[in-house]
Amino acid sequence: MTDKIVIKNIKKSFSSGSESKAVIDGVNLTIADGEFIAIVGPSGCGKSTLMKMIAGFLQPDEGSVAVDGVERKGPNSNGILISQHGSVFPWLTVQQNLMFGLNDEHVDKASVADHYADLVGLKGFEQHYPRELSGGMLKRAEIARALAVKPEILYMDEPFSALDALMSLRIRTELLRILEEERHTVILITHDVEEAVHLANRVVVLSNRPATIQTVFDVPFAHPRKLSDPALQKLRDDILRELGIEC
Amino acid sequence: MIKLKKILPPLALITTLIAVWWIVVVKTGSVIFPTPLQVVTGALELIEDGTLWEHISSSLMRVGLGFLLAVVVAIPLGLWMGRVEGAYATLNPVFQIMRPISPIAWIPLAILWFGVGNASPIFLIFIAAVFPLIVQTAAGVHTIEPRYLNAAENFGVSRYKLYRQVVIPAVLPDLIVGMRISLGVAWLVVVAAEMIALRSGLGYMIMDSRNAGNRYDLVIAGMIIIGVIGLLLDGLMRLMEGHKSVRWRYDR
Repeated sequence: MTDKIVIKNIKKSFSSGSESKAVIDGVNLTIADGEFIAIVGPSGCGKSTLMKMIAGFLQPDEGSVAVDGVERKGPNSNGILISQHGSVFPWLTVQQNLMFGLNDEHVDKASVADHYADLVGLKGFEQHYPRELSGGMLKRAEIARALAVKPEILYMDEPFSALDALMSLRIRTELLRILEEERHTVILITHDVEEAVHLANRVVVLSNRPATIQTVFDVPFAHPRKLSDPALQKLRDDILRELGIEC
Repeated sequence: MIKLKKILPPLALITTLIAVWWIVVVKTGSVIFPTPLQVVTGALELIEDGTLWEHISSSLMRVGLGFLLAVVVAIPLGLWMGRVEGAYATLNPVFQIMRPISPIAWIPLAILWFGVGNASPIFLIFIAAVFPLIVQTAAGVHTIEPRYLNAAENFGVSRYKLYRQVVIPAVLPDLIVGMRISLGVAWLVVVAAEMIALRSGLGYMIMDSRNAGNRYDLVIAGMIIIGVIGLLLDGLMRLMEGHKSVRWRYDR
């Protein structure tokens, strides 16, 4: 497998007043093409900051992030960020939202949009406004909008944290189904270890602030995975122990 | 039924106020201050000879033009100031200084620059209306949630699309609020602006009625008409809040 994303010793500090606080202190990670990486860590450890730097919204103070061997200077449509709070435009319909990222190369934007609406189970809701959708449907719309531009990378920053457990599980299963069809490299930030072992090929555990990579776990199980599988449960417990939680 | 319940209390209050006004005028036997009936008769007189419509349409025309001019100037300027930090830092202090200057203080300059024709009151209304709208528009752009701008940046859309599908729809609710305030102020200023008007307008009518023979019935009729038209204009602007492209902001 070829290297898709190479993160080299990135550091970031934020200054409040006169003192400067290190948030990310030297993270190195190489992500292969088509790989699904989950990043877990204690809350407030700088996961979102790390994601913003990887996705290009924030420049690291030191180090670099390279995608396909090219250093990333800013965000682009090659990698779409799906944020925790969601960014589906409330003033556009579902279809208009899904068409948003499509450029003029697409002859029939509406049919592309409708294809992806169908893919995430939003068929029949194309003309609805986001306020008419439930939280789970909004998340689907956001994922569909990202998929529609055929990005090589999906950056997911706690995308399912606002959903209830049942809906979260359902969307995760659907995401895996979609990823079978359309190969993407995915980086997922989550605080839910079970979610991480359910989805990822590797789970990266971050330390407390200033964050560094503490351990990397391989998840050597083929999909579909059963969450009740003892081996999976054991891995989950190992990761939790790494995070300092005995169970 | 619910509508009636909402309308009844203010209606009762207005009726009471008119009754009190009437009783006080009759009891004190005032010669100059008119009764409500005299005000209505005076207004009817003006309706019959057609001058009332002339005054109303002149005022509306001036307010309309001044306000429209303000919209054309303020919205692009406000959007620009909202998006470009340097523009905001440079222009905002100047506007903050100009904003509190009453349009009445501009009257001498208006006469100097535009004479006593229609241009002067239109200029004064423009001055009154433009600053609140600039401030509101820029503030609206500043309050666009970063996640929406980030998403737009992420998809790498053109500048045109960014404005057309993100910035403008996002500030539209603020624009409507700004336009409501701005039109309200514009209408408020019409009387002052028309003090220097030639021969027409509700403001002119009020001043002229007072000057030409103490016709206080017409003064009060003019005041009430200004109030009612102001209410209708605001109602018209509020209709825009119900438009489907801005409803996302109001019902959640």
